[in-house]
Amino acid sequence: MMSDTLLRKRTETPTAEGGVGERRRLRGQTFEERFDLLGAGAAALATSTILFGWITPLTGAIGWIVVSYLAFIGFYVLLSSLSANRQTVVDRVVSVLLISAAVTLFTALVFVVVFALLRGQEALWHLNFFTESMEFAGPLDPLTEGGILHAIVGTLIQISIALAITIPLGIATAVFLNEVGGPFARFVRTIVDAMTALPSIVAGLFVYAAVIQLITHQRSGFAAALAITVMMLPIVIRAADVVLRLVPGNLREASYALGAGRWRTVWRVVLPTARSGLVTAVILGTARGIGETSPVLLTSGVTAVLTFNPFSGPMISLPLQVFDFVKSPEPTMIARGFGTAAVLLLLVLLLFSVARVIGGRPPGVLSPRQQRRTAAISTRDALRFERRSAPPAATLPSDPKAEAP
Amino acid sequence: MTARSHVVEPIHLPDPPAGPRPLAPRPSFADAVFRRTAFAAGGITVAIMLAVGLFLSLRSAEALQVAGFGFLTEQKWSPETGEFGVAAVLFGTVTIGLIALVTALPLALGTALLLSEVVRGRLRGTLVSLVDLMAAVPSIVFGLWGVFFLQENVIPVARWISTYFAWIPIFRVSGEDGEVLTADSAFTSSAFIAGIIVGLMVVPTMTSVMREAFSQAPIGEREGALALGATRWGMIRTVVLPFGRGGIIGGTMLGLGRALGETIAVYMIISPIFTINWEVLSSGTNSVSALIALRYGEASDFALSALMAAGLVLFLVTLVINFTASSIVARSRSGAQSDG
Repeated sequence: MMSDTLLRKRTETPTAEGGVGERRRLRGQTFEERFDLLGAGAAALATSTILFGWITPLTGAIGWIVVSYLAFIGFYVLLSSLSANRQTVVDRVVSVLLISAAVTLFTALVFVVVFALLRGQEALWHLNFFTESMEFAGPLDPLTEGGILHAIVGTLIQISIALAITIPLGIATAVFLNEVGGPFARFVRTIVDAMTALPSIVAGLFVYAAVIQLITHQRSGFAAALAITVMMLPIVIRAADVVLRLVPGNLREASYALGAGRWRTVWRVVLPTARSGLVTAVILGTARGIGETSPVLLTSGVTAVLTFNPFSGPMISLPLQVFDFVKSPEPTMIARGFGTAAVLLLLVLLLFSVARVIGGRPPGVLSPRQQRRTAAISTRDALRFERRSAPPAATLPSDPKAEAP
Repeated sequence: MTARSHVVEPIHLPDPPAGPRPLAPRPSFADAVFRRTAFAAGGITVAIMLAVGLFLSLRSAEALQVAGFGFLTEQKWSPETGEFGVAAVLFGTVTIGLIALVTALPLALGTALLLSEVVRGRLRGTLVSLVDLMAAVPSIVFGLWGVFFLQENVIPVARWISTYFAWIPIFRVSGEDGEVLTADSAFTSSAFIAGIIVGLMVVPTMTSVMREAFSQAPIGEREGALALGATRWGMIRTVVLPFGRGGIIGGTMLGLGRALGETIAVYMIISPIFTINWEVLSSGTNSVSALIALRYGEASDFALSALMAAGLVLFLVTLVINFTASSIVARSRSGAQSDG
């Protein structure tokens, strides 16, 4: 019955009549399209300049840009419609809109970063900015006095404490979610998902009320580290969870099939396979944790003194120091604020680049060095097997090591 | 030298055991320890998270009992006299969040489409990492830019909007007696400026969620649309956008969640007030997180409890938004993979 219908209704491949048509151009531009673009641009610039300069009482750079842009779209539609149908015109206009959205976004974002770096370089050229604290420098002192060593040290200590808690706990929890499973793991995952929604200021408020007010009665670097931990932990767990989920199941199955237990599989197969992704997850979490001001605002306290003890007394960090500097109306303090922001930004950029170099490879894909090492191990294994299986008389003379004793 | 004994011993297989092979797992010692440790790690994580939630709820209960339901409708914030509520700050938070969305959505949508559909090769990789990098830029850097650059440059724009669109109530800028204001100081520290900054901060997050959703639109449908003669925009409109709808909604909501919780950039820009201000362009607004940052230092025990209550409300709002967003994203993913 079934095969009957199948037999009767066979798919017939259409035969090309009159040869295959011309291939559609899906990307690239013809000379005419380029001309439309350039012409519309030139016309738009001319129009808006005339409008602003002579005819209408319009002023202002922003207005000029907006008018030019609108005029450009208008002219572009006009020029394109001379040669193309409506759908092509719409397609071209949308392409222009997409490109302008992206250009606006990247310009704005890059400008935000470059603005902080440029305004900050005034302070960055003074070496004392990195070697002194603000202990003996007042707001009126020039940039040649005082620095942010205390904030750099504070940030490093706080993030180290936070990482010392976050890395083992975060990765162990992610392993639990993926490798152990069960109803409790689902519950943990839900809670972790919920906690990524926790506003960072609320994390700070929690530590302020639960740790500082009830237990220590003073702000300290440790309290700030705890606040950063509460904020970072869900981020790291989620990122690590995603990475572990990408480890191919057949690797695990192969490991179980060879007789390895769960622990051995996790330690020898799953974690090494996902190593680069896990490192990336941790580093990106660190970048978030270092840059966040609001949890430390409530917990670390403000100080101008270099301190190495996270457990007693206030300990400032870089973002909070920026915030504290720019509250002052003094130009030198604002310059210091921008300098501190530039240092913070460079730190985040550094972390991000490290994450890119290490990570960015899917699980199981090896770096060239790892590949060489794996290849060397395989070669050694192959040689060993060969020696074992070959008849003893044939291999013995050619094996110098075996002859030595 | 045992290594020299090359005679391969025949392997003696053990006699087959009587009866069926036991199938129940018998974990080794290492496995048992591993299981316990992993369980403990999960337990500790949950304990920390629940501690935050429970502590917030318990501490805020005191203030909530005093304020009652009025906590959501009262605008003033003076816990000392018992008159306090989140109506004004929550309104400000939502206003800033919505302005941020209006700023961010077109930019994020356009950039995500460009990155997934138009740009190819190495340029795409570079731009994608640039977007990821921008998500890691500290919020204080955005705050600095907002205070020292954007504020003065956006005032003419705000004044222009308020001049020509004053007939729309939210764009009016009026003084105490209803007269129209045009001085620079009437436009600084507004929800509009704070919203733009926060919008720029959340664009990278939104862009990467949307781009991921768009790039999962099935190749078969894409090619089908192109083969039927669609232009690239036609293909995007009929294939990519419908398949990526979950990503658009989910990404937008995730961005909104982040925008609502943002503290420091908002705190640096706004001048805090405790009344509902419908005029988004005029000076003065507030947000829950800025309120906490502003008042935690002077807080008595009861005032702190009131701040906790405000924080709890904010947390609940972002929680609902995030869960809705992630369920929408997850559902759209499972649908997108139906391409056989």
